[in-house]
Amino acid sequence: MSSLLTFVVALSLTLMSGLRGWHRAKSKSNLHSRPIYHGLNHGLWVALPMLAISSLWLISDSMIIKPSVLSELTQNSKVLLKDTDFRYLEITQIANGLLLTHTDDANTLQAVQSYLQTKENTDTFILTMLLVSGLLGFRGVNRRFKESTPAREQVERIVKIVLAASSAVAVLTTAGIVMALLFETLRFFQQVPFTDFLFGTHWSPQMAIRADQAGSSGAFGAIPLFVGTLLIASIAMLIAVPVGLYSAIYLAEYAQPKLRAYAKPALEILAGIPTVVYGFFAALTVAPMIVDICRAAGLSASSESALAAGLVMGIMIIPFVSSLSEDVISAVPQSLRDGSLAMGATKAETIRKVVLPSALPGIVSALLLAFSRAIGETMIVVMAAGLAANMTANPLESVTTITAQIVTILVGDQSFDSPKTLSAFALGLTLFCFTLLLNILALRVVRKYREQYA
Amino acid sequence: MHNEDTLNQKNRNRSRILADFRFRAYGILGLVIAGSALLFLLGNIFSTGYSAFQQTVITLEINLDEDRLGVTSTASPEEMQEANVAKVVKQSLYDLFPEVKKRKEKRDLTKLISLGAELDVRDMLLLKPESIGSIITLTVPVSSDADQYYKATLTGEQFKSRLKENQKQWLQTLIDNKQVIIKFNIDFFTQADSRYPELAGIGGAVVGTIYTLLICLMISFPLGVAAAIYLEEFSRDSFMTRMVEANINNLAAVPSVIFGLLGLAVILNIFGMPRSTPLAGGIVLALMTLPTIIIACRSAIKTVPPSIREAGMAMGASPIQVTFHHVMPAAMSGTLTGTIIGLAQALGETAPLLMIGMVAFIASVPGVPTDPATALPVQIYLWAESAERGFVEKTAAAIMVIIVFLIVMNLLAVVIRNRTRISNK
Amino acid sequence: MPNNNASASNNMNESTRASIPSLQTTRKSATNSTQTIVRADNVNVFYGNTQALHDVSIDIQEQQITALIGPSGCGKSTFLRCINRMNDVIDECKITGQITLNKEDIYAPSIDVVSLRRKVGMVFQKPNPFPKSIFDNIAYGPRIHGIAEDKDDLEEIVVNSLNKAGLFSEVKDRLHNSALGLSGGQQQRLCIARAIAINPEVLLMDEPCSALDPIATNHVEDLMWELKENYTIIIVTHSMQQAARVSQRTGFFHMGSLVEVGQTEQIFQNPVDKRTHDYITGRFG
Repeated sequence: MSSLLTFVVALSLTLMSGLRGWHRAKSKSNLHSRPIYHGLNHGLWVALPMLAISSLWLISDSMIIKPSVLSELTQNSKVLLKDTDFRYLEITQIANGLLLTHTDDANTLQAVQSYLQTKENTDTFILTMLLVSGLLGFRGVNRRFKESTPAREQVERIVKIVLAASSAVAVLTTAGIVMALLFETLRFFQQVPFTDFLFGTHWSPQMAIRADQAGSSGAFGAIPLFVGTLLIASIAMLIAVPVGLYSAIYLAEYAQPKLRAYAKPALEILAGIPTVVYGFFAALTVAPMIVDICRAAGLSASSESALAAGLVMGIMIIPFVSSLSEDVISAVPQSLRDGSLAMGATKAETIRKVVLPSALPGIVSALLLAFSRAIGETMIVVMAAGLAANMTANPLESVTTITAQIVTILVGDQSFDSPKTLSAFALGLTLFCFTLLLNILALRVVRKYREQYA
Repeated sequence: MHNEDTLNQKNRNRSRILADFRFRAYGILGLVIAGSALLFLLGNIFSTGYSAFQQTVITLEINLDEDRLGVTSTASPEEMQEANVAKVVKQSLYDLFPEVKKRKEKRDLTKLISLGAELDVRDMLLLKPESIGSIITLTVPVSSDADQYYKATLTGEQFKSRLKENQKQWLQTLIDNKQVIIKFNIDFFTQADSRYPELAGIGGAVVGTIYTLLICLMISFPLGVAAAIYLEEFSRDSFMTRMVEANINNLAAVPSVIFGLLGLAVILNIFGMPRSTPLAGGIVLALMTLPTIIIACRSAIKTVPPSIREAGMAMGASPIQVTFHHVMPAAMSGTLTGTIIGLAQALGETAPLLMIGMVAFIASVPGVPTDPATALPVQIYLWAESAERGFVEKTAAAIMVIIVFLIVMNLLAVVIRNRTRISNK
Repeated sequence: MPNNNASASNNMNESTRASIPSLQTTRKSATNSTQTIVRADNVNVFYGNTQALHDVSIDIQEQQITALIGPSGCGKSTFLRCINRMNDVIDECKITGQITLNKEDIYAPSIDVVSLRRKVGMVFQKPNPFPKSIFDNIAYGPRIHGIAEDKDDLEEIVVNSLNKAGLFSEVKDRLHNSALGLSGGQQQRLCIARAIAINPEVLLMDEPCSALDPIATNHVEDLMWELKENYTIIIVTHSMQQAARVSQRTGFFHMGSLVEVGQTEQIFQNPVDKRTHDYITGRFG
């Protein structure tokens, strides 16, 4: 509620300033800029400082409130340093009324009180700064008002800065991803040796979260996950590449326009279906089907077989392969086809020997992107592949993947100090690097291809 | 000079034409496989899920007896909470089958109706305390097992019901008496999640999804458009710009689970956004959607002919004015189409939301975007992981709803695209 | 000779069409064989609902160069593409009437386009080398048709074709480099070499010089002149000067009809039809 009120106050202050600027300018002649720009200028000078100050709220929690609450907590009681994240989460949840279980622990209650107090103080402080900065902006821009103020130029300069700042958000996102992954991964490698992670062949991250809890110590060898990921992604590509490529060739080279008008939207529907749907389909329908078929053939298949996940993932990336490939195949100039047909080549020969070789770089890049997507795909493997980190190439057995492990580890409450939680970030960094490599490779191949026909 | 077709040549040509035919057949086969996979998937989900749009209900006459309830009509709301509603609901069932005497059989009988009956009666007491002492008629859902059994008998489907023989007989009697009927399941659309399949609905998840997508749209659309304008119209082709471009292209292909990690480590832990809320979910999805919108908006801006810009400049408009008065209106439909497609992707995203805690069990419909909530795809995941058979049809039905949403969004994008294509002519 | 021609074409541009009769170059050697190889009988072509060709009938003589001229959109390219059935590629294209090659109806159901196109080669307006090496470009036809017995045979065909196209000396050191590295004129001659590598009877040329500069045009025209000894060439051209320079017979198309066909000298000096006269004297076009 208070945030809504703040918003309304800030908005009305901005509007007031804008209206004042507009009004003042309107009554003058010999203006440099039209009154509307004076209004905008006055409004921006109030809104922008307030916006900048309000971003303090984003970091106030981790920078001010959390350290203060935790330092108090550790003074009063013997909380292990390891548990602090966990305790803090509990405290905020109690304070926000999210945790329904009652606690009578005096320390916790006190910490909740101190959390609420600190939060209120911080909020009041930021709110005051916010209003002060708004008022200062109001006063400053008002004072400097002249007929000759180049208000339009000033507004446009600010707009350009805002535009540039917006395009920086994408960069900041990447930076955020890289920093978050790197930082937590480094913390992970402080506890688990780098080589154990990259070359170890045993994965079982179960680990005691609290010191007094009994539990096995974890093993963090990621090789089984890499093998599982590659196995499932390879099965998927085995399905998607022939089906997707032949569909693309047929649609681009043979199909009547009418068929294309129906087939393309159908493939787009297939592409738009959320992956959680495919996961449900894989777990509920395909996996039992595979078990039944295998039993009939005298084989034994796990109910969470790699084949089920890979098969459904293959179906999922068919439209991806086919639509990207169709684009590159259609981009091959018609004159090449004419040239080949005029030599007496059949259509199939023309496609195989002229069109496809010409489109090859584009197709390769499409396949790389599809592979990258298969590796990063999460929900299908979470729902249909198992959690057992088997190292096997048998598609009927159960394997687990990088993405499935990340989600499994991080769903639910977690402490950012345990190697189990941190291992998810190490896996995330591996995944990020791998897909990034594939994407860069794909973009490079496709750029070469564009140059060829430009 | 004349190349008479020799026999050899003829054979060769025949085999080449056969090869051509085969190649074409592979293409058709590919399309057929893709098409039948789509049909099988959709058919499978439809046949599993359509029954969830119906609900088996029982009409009970409940005697709100003061003695059995243990409260009077003047009781305070707190006392009402303690009222023994279970007893009156059970009694109404016993009254229907006076021959049931054994305690074990009585327990079997009460298992035919849902716990929802007791909740409904309690709501009734709180709302209308004066009804205590009277007999009311209430239509309540039957238990999930009974619901599944009845639906299966309607379609003739064979499955191993958890109902015992005597329960099946009682149910059949009630069906014959028209006390148990099947009706459209409006609760499915209005209720939030529940531990009991017969009471669970997608209402909470839909509201959560709408909040999440609104937040996502409010953040990603202005940022995406602004970034695209800057990159297309104002940036000089410097090293920095190329970096930003490469960055956006790569960001578009980063797996969604990585965005979940970002959300967890930065948005929840550093920015202290509230966990499990549409606010945090919307921010994560906005960062994911941003590259899609930027790329769509940029290509829309690229298609605006330079002559329009020159015309504007020649009239003495500043670059900013030209951009906002002439270029952006022309590029708007392409941008909107891209935005809708980006939002449609965000609608189906599950993994990042799981990781920022929108996976929690939430039995109430969220009121504001900072309330803990779940989203439709996450709800699908949660139900899909549940063991009860009753949740299977709910999952499939929720999938049908999300696919309808997706199709509507895609149609909207197509309509926008076509409309501007006509108006441009 | 090339110099001579280049200046002729330059002169042309200046003195334009008023002096067309003087265009007859020294190249008109005696044409002896007059065997008909391609005959079109009342050919009509429809694209959907619009008719592109109306009752076109023409005889093409063996080992001659026949030029088809006319204003843009008159149907001359459409007609050319009928002769090797390249119009089949377009779905809504319908053809009535008859075209025969060596007295055989090429639209008869028993005819297979693949073997037809082997006999009727084509060179396009824009050079369209495949994005392969020069060698592979020429070897493409022999390979798909199984003409070469072995590797040496194939090499010989490639070298011969390049030689006939007058390109061998220019590219002999880079046969295995990409054909896309050649200049426009070289690319077009490569396409001609590619077409003749399978030894067609008829060579169709659809404005083969329109994308080339005057010098490259000269090369190609010289080449045509030599090829006519062995092949029948039908060339569609926008340039009346080119038609006059290289062809023995000329057909004039207008609005989808073949208005007039005859010896090139006759068409240019003494056209029967008024429309032909107007066109070659520059009244329209």
